[in-house]
Amino acid sequence: MLKTDLCGVSLKNPVIAASGTFGFGREFEPYLDLNALGGISTKGLTYHSKQGNTGQRIHETAAGIMNSIGLQNPSVKSFIENDLPFMKNFESEIIVNLGGNNIDDYVNGALLLEDTDINIIELNISCPNVKEGGMAFGIKCESAFYVVSEIKKVSSKKIMVKLSPNADDLVRVATECERAGADALSLVNTFNALAIDIKRRKAVFDNITAGLSGPCIKPIALRMVRDVYKSVSIPVVGMGGIMNAADAIEFIMAGSTAIQVGTANFINPKVMIEIIQGMEEFMENEGIKNLDEIKGII
Amino acid sequence: MAKKDSYVEAEILSNERVGDDVYKLVLSGNFEGQPGQFYMLKNWDLHPLLSRPFSICDITADTITFLYLVVGTGTKLLKDLHKGDKISLLGPLGNGFEFGDYKKVAIVSGGIGIAPMLYLAKKLNCQVDLYAGFRDYDYFIKEMSPYVDNIYLSSDTGMVGHKGNVLEIYNDDKYDQVYACGPNPMLNALKNVSDQEKLQLSLESHMACGIGACLGCTVNTTEGMKRVCVDGPVFTSSEVFFDA
Ligand SMILES: Cc1cc2nc3c(=O)[nH]c(=O)nc-3n(C[C@H](O)[C@H](O)[C@H](O)COP(=O)(O)OP(=O)(O)OC[C@H]3O[C@@H](n4cnc5c(N)ncnc54)[C@H](O)[C@@H]3O)c2cc1C
Ligand SMILES: Cc1cc2nc3c(=O)[nH]c(=O)nc-3n(C[C@H](O)[C@H](O)[C@H](O)COP(=O)(O)O)c2cc1C
Ligand code: FES
Repeated sequence: MLKTDLCGVSLKNPVIAASGTFGFGREFEPYLDLNALGGISTKGLTYHSKQGNTGQRIHETAAGIMNSIGLQNPSVKSFIENDLPFMKNFESEIIVNLGGNNIDDYVNGALLLEDTDINIIELNISCPNVKEGGMAFGIKCESAFYVVSEIKKVSSKKIMVKLSPNADDLVRVATECERAGADALSLVNTFNALAIDIKRRKAVFDNITAGLSGPCIKPIALRMVRDVYKSVSIPVVGMGGIMNAADAIEFIMAGSTAIQVGTANFINPKVMIEIIQGMEEFMENEGIKNLDEIKGII
Repeated sequence: MAKKDSYVEAEILSNERVGDDVYKLVLSGNFEGQPGQFYMLKNWDLHPLLSRPFSICDITADTITFLYLVVGTGTKLLKDLHKGDKISLLGPLGNGFEFGDYKKVAIVSGGIGIAPMLYLAKKLNCQVDLYAGFRDYDYFIKEMSPYVDNIYLSSDTGMVGHKGNVLEIYNDDKYDQVYACGPNPMLNALKNVSDQEKLQLSLESHMACGIGACLGCTVNTTEGMKRVCVDGPVFTSSEVFFDA
């Protein structure tokens, strides 16, 4: 009932684990059947491994969390050798989230992935927690167009571009990515935000700002998903504060073909299973046969 | 393969104040866990969002005990719970303390760092000396006393024990293993006066998931960034660095 086509790749349901909140699935495997998920987007990978940021990395806010992980990851090569074989034991679609400091990093990472049988690369041009690259590519139309078109030249994979809510003009970045050949778009990454420890008279994070996610961003993320959906003809994968099936349905109604669940995994390791079941129940109760019936109806 | 429960509900048997802002929470149920391991706890739905980590203070055949200091939003909510109320918990998590064939061990705690030490002391079968530092008054010492041989107290204000730092009364030479939990400055100071290889430190860090997925709780170690929630919370002193 929930079977979904995402730019030519068939997902058993539209529920995908969001990058950076699910590792490579290993930590969650004791708690839930990874086969049940529509897909898993890997922790953000870069061509060279990264240690990530120093200092406090997680801070809770009203109805949200801020993180400053800084793309800590073992590198694309190590992922292919050590983690991909584990992930291939499961039926869920593996989506490789690829970040970079500069264009060569992105291209070299994509080239390594050419030799694997993964179908979708999620091009992360929106991480707010690294100094160079990351979000720098995603906030301006020209650089977004450039990085997507360079990747399309060297990669045969489906390219889903992960957009930043911090973009100067999100809709234009989205249309430029489509023009550059993106096969799908995913949004939103975290919002650039600030928290201050008033007793220390310092920012909570060493990097001063950090990325905000969770329920507090949902209404803004929904609006952005709808704006982008109305402006492009490639599929849109929506996320931002999805905590339950009702939230997921809202994102479908705003125009999402599939949805991703991030922060909620930290609060309830089984949440995605509950979301899948809840979406099925909703469809049965409402007499909806296919999610296309409600996609983008707002 | 059968999947583990994630958060399970347990009933509160008691939740009593044992000191200034310090509470002892006893839950009913058959729970697993080793000294030094912890559970993520919550008695709320989405406000606040994250569960809070607490060390196992004690486990019996049909109870689990946590000892907590009220510091903020979550612990304030915990303190208002009563017998019969329900609470959700996930665990046991983390690695726990290591045991060996020791003759004389020291337990060194700073403030609420005493929380994991009861269960630890109960499981050690050798001479155990407790060094506990507090800001002003002590707590949980009478619960510890049946399971330790000597108790050395200190407080910043001089209200109990030695006035000053607990390390001022501590002598590292006597022990072949040392277990410590407390604020980072204390652990760092202990690191400087103790033989690194025999010193086990239980660290704190802000956690989101508690199961190793978010990379939010990392500390810098000799082998790069490690996660406090799954690679710790207990580390060998020589492994970890503290920020200045
Ligand atoms: C492995 C481990 C075991 C612990 N065991 C105990 C214990 O047995 N008894 C006890 O009293 N405390 C223990 N703590 C600390 C305890 O988790 C925090 O005091 C508690 O999370 C504070 O929550 P709050 O909502 O009251 O505070 P708030 O300040 O409102 O919390 C806001 C956020 O900061 C985090 N946070 C605040 N203080 C700390 C801290 N010191 N360490 C980690 N995160 C923090 C919270 O989890 C939350 O995400 C432990 C921490 C860890 C990592
Ligand atoms: C701890 C943490 C780490 C993240 N790491 C990545 C990452 O490596 N790559 C990426 O594209 N997005 C990353 N994100 C962003 C999420 O994938 C997601 O876009 C965002 O959290 C919004 O969704 P949510 O509100 O459901 O969490 C991370 C988010 C969190 C909370
Ligand atoms: S709390 Fe998430 S990795 Fe440790």
